[in-house]
Amino acid sequence: MLDKTEGYSTADGRQIGGVLMEMKNITLRFGGVVAIKDISFDIRQGEIRAIIGPNGAGKSSMLNVISGFYHPQEGEVWFKGYRRGPMKPYEVARLGIARTFQNIALFDGMSVLDNIMTGRLNRMKSGLLSQALWWGAAEREENENREQVEKIIDFLEIQNIRKTPVGRLPYGLKKRVELARALAAEPQILLLDEPMAGMNVEEKEDMSRFILDVNDEFGTTIALIEHDMGVVMDLSDRVVVMDYGRKIGDGNPDEVRRNQDVIDAYLGVAHD
Amino acid sequence: MDQFFFAAEVLANGLMTGVMYALVALGFVLIFKASGVFNYAQGVLALFAALTLVGIQQGQIPFAHLINAAFGTSLHHFGWTVPAVLAIALTAGVMVALAFLIEKLVLQHLVGQEPIILFMATIGLAYFLEGLGDVMWGADIKTLDVGLPQGISDSIEGATAEWFGYGFFIDRLDIWATVIAALLVAALVAFAQYTKQGRAMRAVADDHQAALSVGISLRFIWVMVWSIAGFVALVAGIMWGTKSGVQFSLSLIALKALPVLMLGGFTSIPGAIVGGLIIGVGEKLFEFFIGPMVGGATENWFAYVLALIFLVFRPQGLFGERIIERV
Repeated sequence: MLDKTEGYSTADGRQIGGVLMEMKNITLRFGGVVAIKDISFDIRQGEIRAIIGPNGAGKSSMLNVISGFYHPQEGEVWFKGYRRGPMKPYEVARLGIARTFQNIALFDGMSVLDNIMTGRLNRMKSGLLSQALWWGAAEREENENREQVEKIIDFLEIQNIRKTPVGRLPYGLKKRVELARALAAEPQILLLDEPMAGMNVEEKEDMSRFILDVNDEFGTTIALIEHDMGVVMDLSDRVVVMDYGRKIGDGNPDEVRRNQDVIDAYLGVAHD
Repeated sequence: MDQFFFAAEVLANGLMTGVMYALVALGFVLIFKASGVFNYAQGVLALFAALTLVGIQQGQIPFAHLINAAFGTSLHHFGWTVPAVLAIALTAGVMVALAFLIEKLVLQHLVGQEPIILFMATIGLAYFLEGLGDVMWGADIKTLDVGLPQGISDSIEGATAEWFGYGFFIDRLDIWATVIAALLVAALVAFAQYTKQGRAMRAVADDHQAALSVGISLRFIWVMVWSIAGFVALVAGIMWGTKSGVQFSLSLIALKALPVLMLGGFTSIPGAIVGGLIIGVGEKLFEFFIGPMVGGATENWFAYVLALIFLVFRPQGLFGERIIERV
């Protein structure tokens, strides 16, 4: 077992840091239904951490606990060495935890650029009056933020749709814009809820590349949920496996692949 | 020729009335855009703002009737009058406090509910505010004067009489209302498009979940939007109150905003303006040309018939977002 502050090296030679976020004995119930049962795991600085499991395993619920949309009845969430109290989603976002959604939650009426700019709202500090008068500080701030956003737009190769209203974009590009918006916040942890759901092979490859590049280039810690086993194993450093709200496996992709419980639950038994 | 000029004068007056309609419609659009709620109480907000303004300006003691009934006193006024500008600023403060209370006591408990539930809540709010206005400031008709110029503009009458040989009767209050409404709209559009709060407001209007995930506090935005709607209601209340006295029928002007919204689209600020102008001009010209043939009083129903026709052919209104159902 790894020590909390100690890092480890990945197979491809990247150095992973200490614990950034830790979930301790999380239990989440909806009425009588137990969605998550006594699960603990950690996310380390700089790693790509995946949560996998069959349908209804509680993966999305777990992500919603991390991002503050759900509040667990039992258990503790620790972030950067401090216990996090029950927080509203927007407060979690302000802590530096950005997310995307399984079924895409973008602002359809706004342009791609405006959508991504909303990711930077919390980084803008100038008051209403100075903005209204377009005073020095407000102007500088808007320009600085625009620059950052342009960088991300370049990075994700969506220059040609900058001004397009998001509602008109095809599915795969919407997913990319959502990633861009989350990235714009310069998050400490990026939560991706099924980033490749519903994509074709080519789009999946693109998305995988972007996720790896984001991790590599910005050093962003990424926690993702995914259905597609193949993609997850190639992408992630460590994997948590859930089934019926319980944790049945945790380790690097090779360990998880050999885990008999995981094989039974996820691969051995037909689910979908 | 006189007939033509008379029609032109009717047209001009229609435009100005349209601006007044647009002012009320604007309040609806703002709240609808930001929270998807059709705020039935918008008209009553205008009434409440106007009542409060008159009350503060004339130094009325709030809840005087209630206090008198309870303690056998006979209070009515503090005995001072407050300058118009200060009274308007104080009333704006009251509207912001009201927005805060509405969020705290009503909206907060209805987060994530169906729009129809929120709509019902605003109906309740409308009746509550009407009653509150009555108890606080009394039910009598009041005159409101914040120093806006009123009466027929002599200079316009003189100038037009000189140019066309026909003097146009245009109320100076209408001219001022138009100018103020134009400024207000320009400010609102600039706010929504170019400030970060405006961007956050548009984000909330579009998708609550997504807005939360980028760190926008829904509460803050809702208080802000209701404050702005309250401020717009105050402006509308001042204009209508100055024009026809502060009375409880003022809340009915909200009904005229409905056809305006159907025409312009519920989600469009420019739509509220253009819709207001079309209704204002349309009903005046219709009354002028067709009215005599059908026995007059067409202004009562023209707007609604026009809105119905629009609903059949263009349900999203002139500027509304196209409703696309993907199957």
